[in-house]
Amino acid sequence: MTLSMPARTSTWRRVCGVADLEVERGRAALIDGVQVALVLTPDGAVWAVDNLDPYSGAHVISRGIVGTRGAAPTIASPMYKQAWDLRSGVCVQTQGKEPRALRTWLVERRGDDVMIYWEDPA
Amino acid sequence: MVVGAGMVAHRFVESLLDDAPDGSGAHAPFEITVLGEEGRAPYDRVALTSVLTGGTVAGLTLDEQVLADDRVRFVPDDAVRRIDRDERAVVTESGARHEYDHLVLATGSYAARLAVEGFDLPGCFVYRTVADVEGLADFVAARSAELGRRLTGYVIGGGLLGLEAAGALQGLDVDCTIVQSSDRLMSAQLDAPSGGMLRRLIEARGIGVRTQTITTCLRPDRSGRVAELEFRDGSTAGADVVVFTVGVRPRDQLAREAQLECDPRGGVRIDGACLTSDPAISAIGEVASFDGAAVGLVAPGYAMAEVAATRLRGGEAAFAGYDLSTKLKLSGVDVASFGDAFATTPGALDVTYADPVTGVFKKLVLSDDAKTLLGGILVGDASAYGTLRALVGADLGADPAAYLLPADGVAAPSGELPDDAVVCSCSTVTAGRIRQAVHEDGCVDAAEVKACTKAGATCGSCSALVGRIVGTELTKLGKEVSLALCEHFDMSRRQLFDAVRVSGLGTFSAVIERFGRGRGCDICKPALASILAVLTGTHVLDGENATLQDTNDHVMANMQKDGTYSVVPRMPGGEVTPDGLIVIGEIARDFGLYTKITGGQRVDMFGARLEQLPDIWKRLVDAGFESGHAYGKSLRTVKSCVGSTWCRYGVLDSVGMAVTLELRYRGLRAPHKLKLGVSGCARECAEARSKDAGIIATEAGWNLYVGGNGGFTPRHAQLLAEGLDDEGLITAIDRYFMYYIRTADRLQRTAPWVEALEGGLEGLREVIFDDSLGICDDLDAAMARHIEGYEDEWAATLADPEKLTRFQSFVNAPTTPDPSLAYVAERGQVRPATAGERESGVFIAGTTLEVRR
Ligand code: SRM
Ligand SMILES: Cc1cc2nc3c(=O)[nH]c(=O)nc-3n(C[C@H](O)[C@H](O)[C@H](O)COP(=O)(O)OP(=O)(O)OC[C@H]3O[C@@H](n4cnc5c(N)ncnc54)[C@H](O)[C@@H]3O)c2cc1C
Ligand code: SF4
Ligand code: FES
Repeated sequence: MTLSMPARTSTWRRVCGVADLEVERGRAALIDGVQVALVLTPDGAVWAVDNLDPYSGAHVISRGIVGTRGAAPTIASPMYKQAWDLRSGVCVQTQGKEPRALRTWLVERRGDDVMIYWEDPA
Repeated sequence: MVVGAGMVAHRFVESLLDDAPDGSGAHAPFEITVLGEEGRAPYDRVALTSVLTGGTVAGLTLDEQVLADDRVRFVPDDAVRRIDRDERAVVTESGARHEYDHLVLATGSYAARLAVEGFDLPGCFVYRTVADVEGLADFVAARSAELGRRLTGYVIGGGLLGLEAAGALQGLDVDCTIVQSSDRLMSAQLDAPSGGMLRRLIEARGIGVRTQTITTCLRPDRSGRVAELEFRDGSTAGADVVVFTVGVRPRDQLAREAQLECDPRGGVRIDGACLTSDPAISAIGEVASFDGAAVGLVAPGYAMAEVAATRLRGGEAAFAGYDLSTKLKLSGVDVASFGDAFATTPGALDVTYADPVTGVFKKLVLSDDAKTLLGGILVGDASAYGTLRALVGADLGADPAAYLLPADGVAAPSGELPDDAVVCSCSTVTAGRIRQAVHEDGCVDAAEVKACTKAGATCGSCSALVGRIVGTELTKLGKEVSLALCEHFDMSRRQLFDAVRVSGLGTFSAVIERFGRGRGCDICKPALASILAVLTGTHVLDGENATLQDTNDHVMANMQKDGTYSVVPRMPGGEVTPDGLIVIGEIARDFGLYTKITGGQRVDMFGARLEQLPDIWKRLVDAGFESGHAYGKSLRTVKSCVGSTWCRYGVLDSVGMAVTLELRYRGLRAPHKLKLGVSGCARECAEARSKDAGIIATEAGWNLYVGGNGGFTPRHAQLLAEGLDDEGLITAIDRYFMYYIRTADRLQRTAPWVEALEGGLEGLREVIFDDSLGICDDLDAAMARHIEGYEDEWAATLADPEKLTRFQSFVNAPTTPDPSLAYVAERGQVRPATAGERESGVFIAGTTLEVRR
């Protein structure tokens, strides 16, 4: 990941506890007014992508079904069933529409906490 | 160098970058600069109206990866002002100068206005760009707020675009009239009788139509905004907003100034290679004029883009001329015209069918021997458009009348489409190309064919036909349309059901480890959840299996378009007490929910937020209601008529039986939803024969009909048994349902299941009444287990604090409402705000204001 001229400051922030997440069921988080979908996969990794579904305009991604496509961990929108690779946010099932990616954020587990690398508003 | 960043420019760049279409794997060696002026990435202009009907502007954007390619430089907002042909360079608004080896003009058209006094008053719009529709929506919102009433709107120009704009205005709650100078709507596509039929359909939709009316002047009110129209006959009409849809003019000014040859009627002249009179310059899309005409449709533009790109890559291709077929995109009004619709071919015959009662008009134009289809017009029912358009120039292969009669949806008699028949005209994909996608490119379903060929990816009107061709080809390949559920399971649902039953496994992890691979997806997980629910009879939110459920089953409510949910309490048989109704009314009022009676005889409350669901259900459960399973692939409703208890003609107690059946099967998970109906006599007021199980009372007892369906492919249920007593009826339905649950495919309703059953209806009778398979005891036991294990999912959830955490809106702010929700009042209730309303910001109640309306 290359960061170009950070005009804003980015810091790690705690979002919630690991125990607040359920394996293969997303949860939404609200950070500075932005809705993020957090997903805990069976390998113990936590992923963060946009909660906004770019196809329906509703904030529902965290409520989709989590699974895999080949080796990629995925989440499907509950609205029109497009699916994304949780690692990159790339749309892997477009349902015939133009592909639209989800934003992704860096997330880490630190002990019992889930931390997200968040760009603070300037 | 590409001037203009519209739909055709986008397709051109996409095609030019297409890495080695010959399969050599080479990276196409181009450096492309695209100069636009709208200040945004290319978007789907054809779908522009969706911005006013709930879609978003972002939703229109065409594949962004194309312009993001590192071979492309995209400047979204620097219009080209001059072409310097001698120096091979263009100069832009900002003064920048770009040199080119080859220049492509894709500047499209602009929308014309009438050259009459007042044409540019505030409140007058054209309908071409995102900025136009945004401006229109903002104006309508602000103006109606200011005037405190519905607005009156006029659309000047009754062509395709005018009708679409009128529909959009109506969607903005504007009373709307279309003014057309000629004697009929869509005069470029329709003849007099079909134009007349269309007029009636448009008027029936509440849109006014004035033909042979010429607007001569527009006048403002004191605020300076448009307020009145004057017509040539001297009459006037009040108007708060006016939209001009009087045609488009090619934007050929750059070309004219650079002394490229242009058509006197507008448009840059091109040859079959899409080259202009300067071989270093091509023109494509609406700005180009071929054979003396410039056409305002996207399909020919796309074809030109492909030709120009292929040529630049050194390939052979030529533009073959225009296909003027069009279909109107106005919901509820089907109109299409294709090929030689006006029968101008010498000797052409036409065959017409008109039904003034239903408002259907169809005309086919045939060659003089009545064998070859040349064109046609469809009004009121354009379902055969895809098939017929593809057949233009081909042998009809059947009595033409067969295509005109109101058949079940798409014209049935079609023989095989010839390989060169164009199936998708948006992207010019032939039947042959689709076949090739299946046979050579290895596509295994319509979605893959769509991704691979673009057939069906633009307007979608060809999707059904594409699907049919793909199905036929797969069958030919002997591939059978694969039964595998998805990439995780090679088995069909039926095989998986047996596998789970025999192995006795009870969790998803165990089943996928033993019979599948990976961690599942949104197809196999809900299917397995349903199988496990029937076989283990556990609560849908128990343990690991909770994660298998789609959001509807997971939170036991139906997700709506804005991400909120609807709440449907069960009302067995459609029966509800006055006190029950009052409780529901109070709850809906207290939580600000939109209420409506459903098509299934109960009340639905919409707009409940995730974190509100437990509070709402607590009150419902306390008042004695339980989940209506409107969200599940499970029993929905048992519809009843009032029956012998009140009705003069009732033979048996249909409400009583409906209540018994609904309480018996409530919560039963199945491959698809299950619906029943019970009518008290042969008059059939409960429409029972449109249900999975329809029960009709007779003097001799109950008649049981099976395999009915409403929905997309309606079917009447067929008689399975006559004169049953209560007990016989219930046993028969128990076995019928359980047999279906065990053996049907994923998402297969009983109607197609019954149709595909070996031995047909007679076979089903033998299984149920003669126990021909020896499984009746099993089926009965399975149903008994279901009935015994039934508990109300909502009551159980409310009693379990751990399950309730699933209803928190945010993990770090459990009760904060989704801040993006916004509502508008309509007919005394709320509905989600449209994108236009959100952007204009008027009338909106967000959820953060406590909504007690
Ligand atoms: C609410 C309701 C419309 C209404 O306001 O009246 C409705 C709403 C939906 N119907 Fe329906 N249907 C409703 C009665 C019907 C009926 C009429 C009936 O039941 O008598 C039919 C035709 C009868 C039939 O099913 O054969 C009907 C045929 C469908 C179909 C087509 C099924 C088919 O076999 O072709 C779908 C699509 C599907 O299930 O795949 C569908 C799907 C839907 C979905 C689930 C679409 C969706 O995914 O959002 C809607 C959401 C329900 C919700 O509560 O949010 N709905 N739907 C009706 C709820 C009835 C109830 O009390 O539970
Ligand atoms: C509401 C609506 C509905 C429609 N429905 C249909 C339909 O159902 N079926 C159908 O076939 N067609 C339909 N059309 C027509 C279709 O959208 C057009 O045929 C298509 O967009 C043409 O593509 P184009 O790239 O040639 O032109 P455009 O999409 O107009 O793109 C041209 C672009 O070039 C830019 N430009 C112009 N001059 C310059 C300059 N000097 N410098 C830089 N940039 C410049 C313009 O701003 C514009 O963005 C519809 C159009 C509208 C408005
Ligand atoms: S018909 Fe059914 S699915 Fe379609 S809009 Fe109405 S409720 Fe929704
Ligand atoms: S005809 Fe429009 S997408 Fe195929």
